[in-house]
Amino acid sequence: MRITCPICGERDIREFTYQGAAVALDRPDPEAGDEAWDHYVHLRENPAGRTRDLWYHSGGCSAWVVVTRDTVTHEVFDTELAEEAKA
Amino acid sequence: MRFSGLRVLKEGLTGNKGWRPHWRDPEPKSDYDIVIIGGGGHGLSTAYYLAREHGLTNVAVLEKGYIGGGNVGRNTTIVRANYFLEGNSQFYSHSLKLWEGLEEDLNYNVMHSQRGLINLFHSDGQRDAFARRGNMMNSQGDDAILLDREGVRKELPYLDFDNPRFPVYGGLFHPRGGTARHDAVAWGYARGADQRGVDLIQNCEVTGIDIENGKVRGVQTTRGAIRAKKVGIVVAGRSGQVAAMAGMRLPIESHILQAFVTEGLKPCIHHVVSFGMGHFYMSQSDKGGLVFGGDLDFYASYAQRGNLPMKEHVMEAGMALMPMIGKAKVLRSWGGIMDMTPDGSPIIDKTGIDGLYIDCGWCYGGFKAVPGSGHCFAHLIAQDRPHAAAEKYRLDRFRTGYGLMDEEGTGPQHNLH
Ligand SMILES: Cc1cc2nc3c(=O)[nH]c(=O)nc-3n(C[C@H](O)[C@H](O)[C@H](O)COP(=O)(O)OP(=O)(O)OC[C@H]3O[C@@H](n4cnc5c(N)ncnc54)[C@H](O)[C@@H]3O)c2cc1C
Ligand SMILES: [Zn+2]
Repeated sequence: MRITCPICGERDIREFTYQGAAVALDRPDPEAGDEAWDHYVHLRENPAGRTRDLWYHSGGCSAWVVVTRDTVTHEVFDTELAEEAKA
Repeated sequence: MRFSGLRVLKEGLTGNKGWRPHWRDPEPKSDYDIVIIGGGGHGLSTAYYLAREHGLTNVAVLEKGYIGGGNVGRNTTIVRANYFLEGNSQFYSHSLKLWEGLEEDLNYNVMHSQRGLINLFHSDGQRDAFARRGNMMNSQGDDAILLDREGVRKELPYLDFDNPRFPVYGGLFHPRGGTARHDAVAWGYARGADQRGVDLIQNCEVTGIDIENGKVRGVQTTRGAIRAKKVGIVVAGRSGQVAAMAGMRLPIESHILQAFVTEGLKPCIHHVVSFGMGHFYMSQSDKGGLVFGGDLDFYASYAQRGNLPMKEHVMEAGMALMPMIGKAKVLRSWGGIMDMTPDGSPIIDKTGIDGLYIDCGWCYGGFKAVPGSGHCFAHLIAQDRPHAAAEKYRLDRFRTGYGLMDEEGTGPQHNLH
């Protein structure tokens, strides 16, 4: 798998650290209650197919990257900087 | 058909013409008391124990592919009971005891081989942690022996003891640990369930779960609708999709785990050995292949194959530990889809829906759990209350934060186990 960092260009996945589903872009309010937080921290849609997840370019520019990819074929469709992405 | 040594002899002398299929291939009925979704190790053992322990035989196992085609036929077959935390330790202890009587119980040779498992350690801190784990195992009646460096050398003379970065300090020896023939475990449970009247329906994918007023009514499948009073979901890596059919979202992410096998060699690795400083473990199959693996690739995936970085890591770790394997040729590598929970421990529980039960989250360790999980899940379905050995495997433990079982102590979060 190769991921295109919006800043550095196409790189081997060895340069990235995986964080998980891109739910982190949609952090609930601290007072939102345990159900909202359970959804955020634990419960996952876990799709077989198109997914959006967060990768950290730890071996590169340290950017957080939102990757849109296919969990069945490992094809990467699109990447964008997390700071520019909308949940 | 009962299997015995005499029978093998007789068939051998009469051209092997008397062997019959080990289970029927029935058409699905329109109605069952219990439908089990998923014909992997756990689904088959659940059906077997429903019939054997609870006398419930109006049961169908629905499998979208063929029996044994999932993780039960893809794992590296290690069977052990060396868990540390309460909840896990008694469950795996229970499961190992079932393993020890399994072949007689099933009248099936699952090639369970208690060849002993050795987890190596490479520092003083690791030694202390293993000493504590071993004491826990002994205190609940299981077996563990702390080996020093010379003790390990007697068992595993081929290790690189003086590796400059990762010298071998010793190992925790679990004599009752070992391996089993994974396919035979699936086939043995399938045959045992079928003999007791359970219908095993292959090529039958569940596409919907029917729920009315909070109660389960049955399932939709590629072979038609099937009504059922109770439904159990046991689909390992596919848990998220099947639970979604009942409107549920699970604390599960599916990840890829790879494994490897070499060409057949003369017997040389007599135990299950795991490295304590990198992701690598190995055993030798009865055919002679060195079977080995490492850790997850660590990204969500449903591809039953992995990427190169983990392959390289596993090979490098193997070479660091036992350089003698360097000349063996790797024949195959493959991957399976692991149902990972945030704390790395499984779930056997009711759902919020009446009559719908779920057994999932086995991560990379569910082969050894096949007997125990089926036994406890059957108990839950039949009696509507958890079996004592699995009472800590609650679905809501993540929401409440109460009763988490994080064996690695890395935190109850996805991607850390
Ligand atoms: C490479 C690798 C190595 C491993 N090594 C070990 C090990 O050494 N020791 C150990 O204890 N564990 C190990 N495991 C883990 C173990 O294999 C799994 O935890 C365990 O097999 C999962 O349970 P199962 O056998 O029921 O799963 P599976 O065999 O995957 O069964 C699930 C079944 O559900 C079916 N299914 C899915 N969706 C549907 C649907 N909609 N309708 C009908 N059927 C459906 C699937 O086709 C599948 O057959 C390993 C796994 C892998 C991949
Ligand atoms: Zn970058």
